[in-house]
Amino acid sequence: MSAIHVTTKINGDVVDYVCEADETLLDVLRNRLGLTGAKEGCSTGDCGACSVTIDGRLTCSCLVLGAEADGREIGTIEGMAKGDELHPLQRKFLEHAALQCGICTPGILVAAKSLLEHNPKPTETEVRFGLAGNLCRCTGYDKIVRAVMDAAQEMRRA
Amino acid sequence: MKEATGLLAREKGRAFVLAGGTDLLVRLRTGFIEPDLIVDIKRITATRSIDVRSNGFRIGAAVTGAELNEHAKLTKAWPGVVEAANLIGSKQVQGRCTMTGNLCNASPAADSVPALMAAAAKVVIVGPKGKRTIPVEQVPVAPGKTSLKKGEIIESILLPKRPPRSGDAYLRFIPRTEMDIAVVGAAVSVTLDAKGMCTDARVALGAVAPTVVLVPEAAKALIGTKMDKAALDALAAACSAACRPIDDKRGTSEFRIKVAGVLARRAAQIARKRAGGK
Repeated sequence: MSAIHVTTKINGDVVDYVCEADETLLDVLRNRLGLTGAKEGCSTGDCGACSVTIDGRLTCSCLVLGAEADGREIGTIEGMAKGDELHPLQRKFLEHAALQCGICTPGILVAAKSLLEHNPKPTETEVRFGLAGNLCRCTGYDKIVRAVMDAAQEMRRA
Repeated sequence: MKEATGLLAREKGRAFVLAGGTDLLVRLRTGFIEPDLIVDIKRITATRSIDVRSNGFRIGAAVTGAELNEHAKLTKAWPGVVEAANLIGSKQVQGRCTMTGNLCNASPAADSVPALMAAAAKVVIVGPKGKRTIPVEQVPVAPGKTSLKKGEIIESILLPKRPPRSGDAYLRFIPRTEMDIAVVGAAVSVTLDAKGMCTDARVALGAVAPTVVLVPEAAKALIGTKMDKAALDALAAACSAACRPIDDKRGTSEFRIKVAGVLARRAAQIARKRAGGK
């Protein structure tokens, strides 16, 4: 299979790249564009460490071909903070120490942001259900859930 | 669509259709398949919409699980089909996975397929020789194998219009609460008359045979009854009798045979309630 030229938008910026036909979007982000926030955990769509949004819809970038991004809008963890100003979820993750090794954190933040956009007032069960596609290998789920609940409350007041 | 089927038909090597990619990319990355051609069908308009028609619903092949869930009319008419599709994977996977992909992956444990069979769904297949429409149960023929011929693509799934007092449901058994593959799945669709008598039923089971299976004997056990205990006992017995499962790490054959009856009974009770049965 041959190389494919792709024009897409990543975190609001127009980006051009050439990728192999069978190359995943995750590999394009990490290896060609230097956006290493999305992590490779399982490569099978189970762990969510590679979570991004495509046209606003949460997905695993390991399950998307780089070629499929043409003409789409991709959102990654790198677009979450506005300059030096952290997103409320990022701040609350720091306050609650809701990370240990940090590998799952970018994916969980992207997934939590998507969750709160669809449901600004989730119950704890809804947070746990909404983040079921993100595995934390340190098993630090309680702090993560508390940070998301706290951020949701702050974002509702804002 | 014509161009896509042409590409698939002309390719001399190994050609694959890409919709959600949640199965295809995993197989690609693990080296299980080495495609010479991948045809992405997501930008073909006919695959992208859910259409409400006078004779039912038409669901494009690339419609995702999340989109099914967001369609109020579809969810109201076919709650069992939508709940089955929504059991597949996480939020991330729901944003990509499709029922047509679930069907074409031809896993005996596919969650949406029993619900589609119970719903008497059909698929519209487009190929080099034109269009044909076949029942869902004629698509999978063996684990990982379908009846589709070279160059053929499933364009859409058709769900029939619901008569009044109809309901469907899908239940599966997994060791966890989320994100797992069915050990057994059971789908039931029923229609009741004004007195609560079951006038029509379809029952399908997953993960208990080489393909998802329709169980006409189980449906017969419900039709003409008020779905009382005796009828549900007969349904459960017919379901268990229809199982030809294997032993594997997810469950033993004996366990699957027993659980198939239990789940079918519970799914029938939910379907009956959704149909307005007291």
